[in-house]
Amino acid sequence: MFPTPVERQSAAVQATYKALVPLALILWLLPLLMVALFSVKPDGDFAAGNLWGMPSRFAGFENYTRVFTDSAMPRYLMNSVFITIPTVIGAIALSCMTGFALAVYRFKGNIWLFFMFVAGNFVPFQILMVPVRDLTINLGLYDTRLGLVLFHIAFQTGFCTLFMRNFIKALPRELIEAARVEGVSEIRIFWYVVLPLMRPAIAALSVLIFTFIWNDYFWAVVLTQGVESQPVTAGITAFNSQFRAAYHMMSAGSIIAALPPVMMFFLMQKHFIAGLTLGAVK
Amino acid sequence: MAQISEPIQTTRDSRGWWARNQMRAAPWLFLAPGIVFFAVYVVLPIFQSFHISFYRWDGLGEATPVGLDNYRQLLDDRAFYVSLRNNLTWLLLYLLAIPAGLMIALFLNQQIRGMRLYKSLFFFPFVISQVVVGLVFVWFYNPAIGLWNPLIGLFGFAPMNILGNPQTVTYGIIAAGLWPQIAYCMILYLTGLNAVDPEQVEAARLDGAKGLKMLWYVILPQLRPATFIAVVVTVIGALRSFDMVSVMTRGGPFGSSRVLAYYMFEVSLSEYGFRMGYGAAIAVVLFLIMLVYIAFFLWRMWREEREA
Repeated sequence: MFPTPVERQSAAVQATYKALVPLALILWLLPLLMVALFSVKPDGDFAAGNLWGMPSRFAGFENYTRVFTDSAMPRYLMNSVFITIPTVIGAIALSCMTGFALAVYRFKGNIWLFFMFVAGNFVPFQILMVPVRDLTINLGLYDTRLGLVLFHIAFQTGFCTLFMRNFIKALPRELIEAARVEGVSEIRIFWYVVLPLMRPAIAALSVLIFTFIWNDYFWAVVLTQGVESQPVTAGITAFNSQFRAAYHMMSAGSIIAALPPVMMFFLMQKHFIAGLTLGAVK
Repeated sequence: MAQISEPIQTTRDSRGWWARNQMRAAPWLFLAPGIVFFAVYVVLPIFQSFHISFYRWDGLGEATPVGLDNYRQLLDDRAFYVSLRNNLTWLLLYLLAIPAGLMIALFLNQQIRGMRLYKSLFFFPFVISQVVVGLVFVWFYNPAIGLWNPLIGLFGFAPMNILGNPQTVTYGIIAAGLWPQIAYCMILYLTGLNAVDPEQVEAARLDGAKGLKMLWYVILPQLRPATFIAVVVTVIGALRSFDMVSVMTRGGPFGSSRVLAYYMFEVSLSEYGFRMGYGAAIAVVLFLIMLVYIAFFLWRMWREEREA
């Protein structure tokens, strides 16, 4: 272990460390704590200049309820769900297949196709913006959730292919060889031999892609416009102009908008971190 | 070999085209949907953007070919230089996320009660969307309601309006962007530290290595894969700095916090009119900058693949 474990240090060092960690955490999350505090304050506190003190009364319940009853937030949240979930399913489905093909078969151009997926994943969004927007308009999908979903699936397939291919490559090859000797067809090998083994990779990628897509902002403003199709990241701007200078409402709205990926993270922490740190350890 | 493969070939022939050719056809069958999607939405648009950058086009009507005019115009565009310089600042300062993440990871790499939860809470800013991070910092910096000014007041600094001052605005946005990025680097290093060989550490300890010396000569070499990924994701994050700028300042005040990613969007799709060709030219510049890193990454991967 590095640094030296505190258990091996004196009692004073241990006590200091145990006090320092929560203190550091509070400092680290201070901006967020401020917003969380704002979100449970009544309107009057801001006018009265009680900004960072205790709320004069707990107004969290009414503020958060108002986010759902007095604004288009529920609609934006639904849009986000209907953009994010199909994207996750689509990108995972496509990349299970591409990853399998690139990991299992030797053929000419294999490595170049793989590099194409990897490189595409790093490309700045702006180089795609004008043509993708144009394509989406021509398909009649501008300002629809489907338009966003199709693009997201395509783009995420790059990262997912990198992930899946490396995962499958690390599986024991003998499994596939054995199935081939038995005369099992390639499609059945994919479906019955490899796919069941990919469950951890699928879980890790699902939470990651969920977070990436839920948090996407750029494509949301490029490909959608109105409350009909905009996800919550873009909708929050409209929400904030509706509640201009009502900091308790804007704070509550932001927290609601940020919450789903946070819950996803805490529920599936192991998978999330496994996905994110892929390659961080040899 | 030749003698036995002959009869197998004939029996296979009777099983139809698929049975005979599946080894060759299967990879393409599996790849087809992915390649089609990726080609249409990612690969082709890159080339189309290059193409569009040689035109003047409002996105709707006829496009007029203008040769290199858009690029020539860039050379005289002050806003372009401001964006470029800000991109450079982003890139340099964003790299601070790596040592900062390492420091927090070292700080947290202990086993006290509740450490798992502490680690997750430290990581938490990364999970929040950049839009919300941006908003949170806008309010945090806000001179009327934010905690920033009282906080620096404790150390004797005069109140400041970070996002309202062209001198400080970019640093303010970068600091906000660093918040989730440090969390990301931290988690990479925590995972890396977990895999550090304890025997090597103990051996080095017996040899009298400790503190910074131990970190530099024993720990950091073992963390190299984590550092590599941290560099890659941080550079890409720095060049993708659109969300923060858009949410926090819209490039202001007076365009002083623009970056290429935002300026491109502004030129192509905002109230200043739809100048797709000019926007595409800016995107091409951004792409070429990124290409250096992509090439470096692919080269490294290629080397690893050859070793494997």
